[in-house]
Amino acid sequence: MSKIAERLYNGIVKENPIFVLLLGICPTLAVTTSATNGLGMGLSSMVVLALSNALVSALRHLIPSRVRMPAFIVIVASFVTIVQFLIQGYLPGLYDQLGIYIPLIVVNCIILGRAESYASKNPIILSFFDGIGMGLGFTLSLVFIGAVREILGSGAVFGVQILPLADAASGKAGYTPISIFVLAPGAFLILALLVVIMNVVREKQAAKGKPLASGNGCLTGECSSCSLSSTCKGKSEVSEEDDPLVKKAVENLKAKQTVNEEVKA
Amino acid sequence: MTKLILIFIAASIVNNVVLSQFLGLCSFLGVSKRIKTAVGMGGAVIFVITISSLVAGLLYKFILVPTGFEYLQTIVFILVIAALVQMVEMFLKKYVPSLYKALGVFLPLITTNCAVLGVALKNVANDYSILTGVIYGLGTGVGFMVAIVILAGIREKCEYNDYPKYFKGSAMTLITSALMSIAFFGFAGVI
Repeated sequence: MSKIAERLYNGIVKENPIFVLLLGICPTLAVTTSATNGLGMGLSSMVVLALSNALVSALRHLIPSRVRMPAFIVIVASFVTIVQFLIQGYLPGLYDQLGIYIPLIVVNCIILGRAESYASKNPIILSFFDGIGMGLGFTLSLVFIGAVREILGSGAVFGVQILPLADAASGKAGYTPISIFVLAPGAFLILALLVVIMNVVREKQAAKGKPLASGNGCLTGECSSCSLSSTCKGKSEVSEEDDPLVKKAVENLKAKQTVNEEVKA
Repeated sequence: MTKLILIFIAASIVNNVVLSQFLGLCSFLGVSKRIKTAVGMGGAVIFVITISSLVAGLLYKFILVPTGFEYLQTIVFILVIAALVQMVEMFLKKYVPSLYKALGVFLPLITTNCAVLGVALKNVANDYSILTGVIYGLGTGVGFMVAIVILAGIREKCEYNDYPKYFKGSAMTLITSALMSIAFFGFAGVI
């Protein structure tokens, strides 16, 4: 039981996929125009995440490791298709709002990442709750970001008007919506502010001696966490250290430092 | 013909794939440190999206629809794209080494790029014919290239600027993208 609680805590707080790990940025930006959309997207991802984690874990001794990526993708895509039909059937309004982003849950790096890094190595129950925890963390973050954008962009949360709107015609004073926050640029701005706030929190926690798990999504340009890391040949081209000029400069700097230290000694 | 040109311009500039639809953000933010790598990545994306929208369109029209398996589109498209990228890579390595040298390293990165799957799914959702779908794919790829090259240029210029330390790295990249996104908003209503 405590292990299950630990998985949930890990997903929601310690390794929150958006706030801490900076994973799954595409859906975060695209669907958080309102809190309701964030909730719908988060819950659908959670269902896919929990079920695919459980199935991957159940089949972990059967799937040969060389073909595990295609196998994982097929498992995830099947669950995504099921969830897509459920939403289309029972929540047509949400289906129209989220549109193409529902099938795109397949390429959400959180899901393949958890299948690769956790579910393929751990028992079924724990993997299932790892999916639930990660999914809840993802949902809460999406709802939070969606609520912030909705309140700034239209003065409402979950469609309920919270700030009374100004009306120029009747001269009524009130809130003038900053509509850019529900449009595309607002998504980038809010995410940028989020990253800045997390940088501050990260530094404070590190100073306290309790560092947060490091961010490792695509946003950080960090390839090691990527599920395709082992087969990808693009990494060396992407990383800056590979630039021969930079490499040489760094080596020169290091050599100078060692010389200085030797002189001091 | 005019319709095709309009679709191309709409896909590449007005509804830019990264800046207004948020597809393919991973490589947009991750591979935009240098203009040289950005051009390579953009070229690879144009190449793969165009080919994959053709293949996905053919598969959907001639296999999935006649057999009544339209609902398997997500699974089929993602597997076909993954296999296609591998095959394109092998083909280029063997027959067009010069192109492989320029684009090859970026090809595996594109397998999970959501823009590729997104275009295949959108072609189906919008009921595009195969030719229209390919033009739409090409336009999307060009839009990606335009966005990533501009971002890389700006990032190269700001690399040595002095801004608050918490903004260093990805936060500054995101703010740059926000400003670019506002600029691209100016194109809304052109078509």
